[in-house]
Amino acid sequence: MTAIETNLPTPAMVSGVGADGSHLQELRTDPIGLMERVRTECGGVGAFLLADRPVALLSGAEANEAYFRAPEDVLDQAEAYPFMKPVFGEGVVFDASAERRREMMHNQALRDKFMRGHAEKISAEIDRMCAKFNATGEFEMLDWFAELTIYTSTTCLIGPRFREELTPQFAELFHDLEKGTDALAFVDPYMDIESFHRRDAARAELVELIDAILTKRLAEPPPEGDDRDLVDVLLSLKNPDGSLMFSADYVTGMFISMMFAGHHTTSTTLSWTLIELLRNPDSLAAVVEELDELYADGRSASYQALREMPRTEAAIKEALRLHPPLILLLRVAKVPFEVAGHVVPEGWLVGATPAVSNRIAESFVDADRYDPTRYLDDRHEDLDNPWNWIPFGAGRHRCVGAQFAMMQLKVILSVLLKDWTFELGQPAESYVNDHSKMVVQMSRPTTVKYRKREAPADGVPETGASQ
Amino acid sequence: MTLRIEIDRDLCQGHGVCEGEAPEVFELSKKGELTVLRPEPDESLRPQVEAAAKYCPTRAIKLLSD
Repeated sequence: MTAIETNLPTPAMVSGVGADGSHLQELRTDPIGLMERVRTECGGVGAFLLADRPVALLSGAEANEAYFRAPEDVLDQAEAYPFMKPVFGEGVVFDASAERRREMMHNQALRDKFMRGHAEKISAEIDRMCAKFNATGEFEMLDWFAELTIYTSTTCLIGPRFREELTPQFAELFHDLEKGTDALAFVDPYMDIESFHRRDAARAELVELIDAILTKRLAEPPPEGDDRDLVDVLLSLKNPDGSLMFSADYVTGMFISMMFAGHHTTSTTLSWTLIELLRNPDSLAAVVEELDELYADGRSASYQALREMPRTEAAIKEALRLHPPLILLLRVAKVPFEVAGHVVPEGWLVGATPAVSNRIAESFVDADRYDPTRYLDDRHEDLDNPWNWIPFGAGRHRCVGAQFAMMQLKVILSVLLKDWTFELGQPAESYVNDHSKMVVQMSRPTTVKYRKREAPADGVPETGASQ
Repeated sequence: MTLRIEIDRDLCQGHGVCEGEAPEVFELSKKGELTVLRPEPDESLRPQVEAAAKYCPTRAIKLLSD
């Protein structure tokens, strides 16, 4: 073991321990308030209590860099998320080692060279969803984007034929899984509470749905070459006695784990980007102008999305900075962990918080303001602050789907904003996150009104077209 | 002036964007391990190498000129 200075202090405990002798209830009601107080009272390294488990909470560049650079045998991710085990199921790992992740990325669907194909599939899905729009109307963003991103993630990561088997019910079940991530899982992941019962019932139903899809697929002749998707590949793997290598239960767990990380995150970011643009008309006008110029050449969204869209990207990045879909990233200290003049004892949870670090005043000008120009022209507050601008995390566990996510967000937002105009359907300050679960989603309602754009993309009014 | 490439191995995730920008300089193995074929590439490769550093999704490539 490396020498640790034993005279370093352990992180100071934040005030406000609740009646249960812990900060668990506050984490379940106002986690951002709790984490901000840790920084205010204790600085970049502080602590709170999650039931009987101390959590060292880090923020700011120095502490975050140490956290994100720490190797697996110092800060371990696999044990840090007990609320995910009942969602994925037994035997499905939460996350792979850094080496395995790199290998998966290189071989799998997230690799750079597959992005064009993914962009085409996503563009087709958004067209299908918009085909159900009238000329004007309103929609509930949370549900609409959650359904859309179920289709996009399954078609890209599992395969188009699997996606065609899905109904809106699949998205609803997935929502129940996401709602089943109450922090009470740190006490007991199978506690007798309604959200955990719903989670387990939803998972059981998903296994049934997927079992039916597998059975149907087995009855069909196996497809050749490019028509094969991940389902066909899994069904072709047999044990020596001829039985299938993977059960429906296991396949369901694999699919859930593949889709989970990219689902609520993308869907929430779509909602927040649209809301922030509608709250900030100048930023919206700048984005729409950029899209109109780009799309004036008549090329498809899948082509456009791989080009540079600085203002659209800046609008998305800024929504991610202010409303990061993951507000608390966790690890377990496998050995005493030295960080910024403190030592975190072995066995503690160690957290980094995008919600707090993304808004640090020393790093970001007017940090609480939605301002996409902080990434435009000669400004790049994201690159200038690699350890504080952390919506995707950083270092060896940085989100492997970040490229895919940005591409997907660009395709979806650009198709929506070039063809439609939007208006907030409720008071601007009434759009809020629901922080009662570890997986953050927006609180319903999240109503937005839409109207088909009357002017064609080049900005010439339709009445002028007859000349 | 010599152009020198440094890789921050804590940050590299093997996305392979650098290989796409400058295949003469960067090579990814089947397992996603990055090899810098030319740690001090010729000045003529500077534009490609700068693009690789700029578009690296994890900002793992540092360029030094001495």
